[in-house]
Amino acid sequence: MSWVGKSALRKEGEKKLRGIAKYIDDISFEGMIYGTTVRSSTPRGILKKIEFLPGVNWDEFIKVTAQDIPGHNYVALIEKDQPFLAQEKINHPEEPVLLLAHANKHLLEKARKLVKLHVEPLPPVFNIEDSLSQKALVWGKNNIFKSYSIDRGDVETAFKKAFVIVEGTYETGAQEQLYIEPNGVLAIANPQEGVTVWGSMQCPYYVHKALLPLFDLPPDKVRVVQAETGGGFGGKEEYPSVICGHAALLAWKSGRPVKIIYDRMEDMVATTKRHPSKTKIKIGFDKSNKLIAMDIDFSIDGGAYATLSSVVLSRGTLHASGPYFCPNIKIRSRAVATNCPPHGAFRGFGAPQSIFALEKHLDLCAKKLNLDPAILRKSNLIKTGETLGCGQVIKEKVRISEVVERALQLSSYHKKRKLFLKHNSKGPLKKGIGLSVFMHGAGFTGSGETFLASIAAIRANEAGKLEVLTSNTEIGQGTNTIFSQMTADALKLDLKDIEVVQPDTSKVPNSGPTVASRTCMVVGKLVEQAAQDLKQKLISAQLLKEKYTRSEFLVACKRYRKEIGELKGISQYKAPPHVVWDEQKYQGDAYGAYAWAAYVAETTTDLRTFETVVDNFWAVQEVGKVINPTLARGQIIGGVAQGIGYALYEDVVWHEGKMVNNKMSNYIMPTTLDTPDIDVLFLELPYAYGGGGSKGIGELPLDGPAPAILNAMDFALDLELTQIPTTPERLMEKIERKTP
Amino acid sequence: MKKITLTVNGKKISVQVHPFARLLDVIREGLELTGTKEGCGEGECGACSVLLDGELVNSCLVPVLQANGKAILTVEGLSKKSLCPLQKSFMKCGGAQCGICTPGMLIASQALKKKKKRLSPKDIREGLAGNLCRCTGYSQIIESIQKSGGRT
Amino acid sequence: MRGYLPDYTFESANSLKEALSFCEAGAKPFAGGTDLMVLFEAGLLAPGKYLDISRLKELKGIKNSKTQVTLGALTTYSQIRNHLILTKQFPILGLASREVGALAIQNRGTIGGNIANASPAADFPPGLLVYDAKIQLISTKGIRTLDYNRFHLGYKKTELRQDELVLSVSLKPEFQKYHHFWRKVGNRRAQAISKTMMAGIAKTTKKTIQDIRIAFGSVGPTAARCYHVESFLKGKAINTQNIQEAKQLLSKDIHPIDDIRSTGKYRLRVSQNVLEEFLCGIG
Repeated sequence: MSWVGKSALRKEGEKKLRGIAKYIDDISFEGMIYGTTVRSSTPRGILKKIEFLPGVNWDEFIKVTAQDIPGHNYVALIEKDQPFLAQEKINHPEEPVLLLAHANKHLLEKARKLVKLHVEPLPPVFNIEDSLSQKALVWGKNNIFKSYSIDRGDVETAFKKAFVIVEGTYETGAQEQLYIEPNGVLAIANPQEGVTVWGSMQCPYYVHKALLPLFDLPPDKVRVVQAETGGGFGGKEEYPSVICGHAALLAWKSGRPVKIIYDRMEDMVATTKRHPSKTKIKIGFDKSNKLIAMDIDFSIDGGAYATLSSVVLSRGTLHASGPYFCPNIKIRSRAVATNCPPHGAFRGFGAPQSIFALEKHLDLCAKKLNLDPAILRKSNLIKTGETLGCGQVIKEKVRISEVVERALQLSSYHKKRKLFLKHNSKGPLKKGIGLSVFMHGAGFTGSGETFLASIAAIRANEAGKLEVLTSNTEIGQGTNTIFSQMTADALKLDLKDIEVVQPDTSKVPNSGPTVASRTCMVVGKLVEQAAQDLKQKLISAQLLKEKYTRSEFLVACKRYRKEIGELKGISQYKAPPHVVWDEQKYQGDAYGAYAWAAYVAETTTDLRTFETVVDNFWAVQEVGKVINPTLARGQIIGGVAQGIGYALYEDVVWHEGKMVNNKMSNYIMPTTLDTPDIDVLFLELPYAYGGGGSKGIGELPLDGPAPAILNAMDFALDLELTQIPTTPERLMEKIERKTP
Repeated sequence: MKKITLTVNGKKISVQVHPFARLLDVIREGLELTGTKEGCGEGECGACSVLLDGELVNSCLVPVLQANGKAILTVEGLSKKSLCPLQKSFMKCGGAQCGICTPGMLIASQALKKKKKRLSPKDIREGLAGNLCRCTGYSQIIESIQKSGGRT
Repeated sequence: MRGYLPDYTFESANSLKEALSFCEAGAKPFAGGTDLMVLFEAGLLAPGKYLDISRLKELKGIKNSKTQVTLGALTTYSQIRNHLILTKQFPILGLASREVGALAIQNRGTIGGNIANASPAADFPPGLLVYDAKIQLISTKGIRTLDYNRFHLGYKKTELRQDELVLSVSLKPEFQKYHHFWRKVGNRRAQAISKTMMAGIAKTTKKTIQDIRIAFGSVGPTAARCYHVESFLKGKAINTQNIQEAKQLLSKDIHPIDDIRSTGKYRLRVSQNVLEEFLCGIG
């Protein structure tokens, strides 16, 4: 009986359904007080004075400024440029300046409004163009956080030989993660015992790393515990370090437990969003419509501080040339600074941006070549033995052609293209069908996983259960369940014998962050190996034979614990032998494995209102091995829904670097009436180095929807859309510019 | 402060609260029933859904004085020792991922099922249009309700 | 939650008489709360005395007779939406109710609240305008009845005096022979604040317009009847030329602006298209 491959019930599902799962705002401590953040309204300037206006008794309030920081005022992540609290320089609207705490959270809010920040303004920049032209120098020497270059072959010569050359420019907007549970934290901190924080988060060890220099404490004096987390999607990858630091600072100063919960307005206006992007693509084709040259220029807007922009840029760059073979590729990319709140991780992490541009551009190319977009793509798909843009030779079997065929077949793509052309000849409703083909690399790029050196452990506990110990969090994607399935299979036990310990840095090893679609594939493998290690310990101690029953195993554990001591199996990450990456040259095997996908969107646009609805959607992907069909399907459908939002609905309205539509009534995510039934099909091709044979799938579904939807609309309306979100207002402008 | 009496999940309870306090806060803090959640503070997301005298409402938009003397059903009231049929179906069909919207979804689903015995996917989509989920893309929630059978 | 509770008092009145004297003393009426609580939570609700009117039976109920339908101010969107006779006689009110927010909002929001709150994007006013509704306002001094089309005076300004409550809205069920049309264009299919909305009714004989009433919401400081378009179309044949001219005239009747949700240009264009859809449908 194997658990992997079955739809095991969600491990913590019953708690969630009963409403007894404890998210951070459900938790309270004796003597707890509340914290809030006073933020700058000026996008860039020099902080001159903090003024406390009359209206409350200020003596009752705990106040924390940069001056109160016991250690160092920077958020440890990659660079050291982001302060926890602005000291003198303000670099974005909503930058935190002062923290307040009080027992009465309503009075606290009243007080927050009575703090006046005097900021002498400096000239800001708000978009990629102004940043690159250095309209004002706002970061470092040239406003550039990071840049990358990729060169394969000789694009200049290749373009000279090209039969057809097509150019295009594409833009994507910011996107808010919009987890339904806002950011929140509870902290206890004092110089004697150290710092403990509980919070809504994806990466306890990232928070741990950030709190150490803030308080100048050794690792064993800081403890980070993940509370049940109501969605993350990357929005709780790096941001929690900031809110946790804030709550801990207030706790440190007040000597009381401090809770900070952002309301929706604050969460939307102050925390990270998906990086906006601008991509210029030039592609050359030979006489047989084969790709012979690609020149891609890719820029992303990182906001005011570096945070994770270099890594987002990296992933976007490495995915920019897609699942195609092209012998001559040139990619230049950069992440730039602007004066808006730092942008950050959001499911897909750079790939949705660069893939949007490429997949949109290929439809334009097909149009210019007078070719069906599916046929153009099919004839250029990478094959085993060929090299991807990043220099990775695809050594394994690739099922991408099959994936594309299945998607086309399931959606009746070709038939519908004919049908819709006819349908669209009259009436205001125009139907379209569009395709996107893409891949997504799972795990950290290149040597990233080696650098992380993740550790997972399995421990036999007092109650006779086998505990899974990792720092990978359950945030809805199914971590607890799939780890249980893999462990139960590895040890030949029942699911009920396995317990996944809530990530707590005092209890679990650092198995790396819950990001990059790595939890199932990379950490799952470590969990399996740790289980094998534990089993080996029992066998070596002669308490267990190679073939055993469940009860024999459990008895063996009990005996081991009684007679020998702690029973723990451990595994540390080792790069698969086939992954070779050159960080200096920025080429090689960027990812251990790719999931390969083809998505088809069917749309209807109403020319009376310029609204577009996605009527049907097909998501076909090869994902290694499906560990839990229900959970995997849920991940794809949920991701596609976010992709639909990215394409059509989710427009961040900026005013001088600040998001002004920071309410759920004004920033629109799809409801049940805006999403279609989404058809999901998985193909399998087990990946030996992934847990259970899996490849990562968490981010994959964000890459495909936007270009597929816009390709459908272009087909329906005979347009060349280049920007998302394509709101009805933007579509109207596009249509009117076309037909004067 | 005013004495407010509520029948919550079948139990009569009295609390002393400010009459303008949000019903959501009274449920979560006054009664310590933290199953009902706050997602948006403006009646958009439905995470705070409860039944008030059998009707679906956003508890973040109800001042507790207006709930005085009324019956409230929260997610905690759906199950006793075992999960109710709707909850069992959510378990089986993957209707809950991160779980934060789940209490609201269950309450909204319960309200729907009480209104109509046979629910089409269209009925369900319309009935749940005021409950936002960022994780599931809704399909498995709709299937959970469809497959939950006739009983509530 | 940004509202500061100590800044507010909130009391129920035991009777309509008591409620009216509270209003006279400066208390602000609070019905379903779907507008006021949003302000409260954003920290934007004016501090002061609020009066819970949600239990006043005199403000409840839908009364039908052959000649008049009266909706109590506390009638909720759900009650309207589910009322078979009302939605048959006044289809626009039924359609508008179904598209407000979502079910949880519809269960609480009231027609009186929607009217008195006077948001330019309020869902009921366009329908009430085309149906020639009357509104009854009550105070300690008595009841006064106004034509609904004189109730809204400007952006968030109405005839409602400080000491008055909306008692009811009344309509005459005389539109059986009319076509009824409603279109709300929002940013998504549910929980959508409208960018434009149109209510239209028309009586036609052999493709000629005998009577026509058109009202738009969200495209001006208040919902408003389109008198330029109406007077042009009365007595005209429904043909392409007249429809196009009516579309052009619309810019005289509506004044959409750019705001956080949309642009004036989009709103005007879509309003024109919606008008065209209506006119093509009755032809």
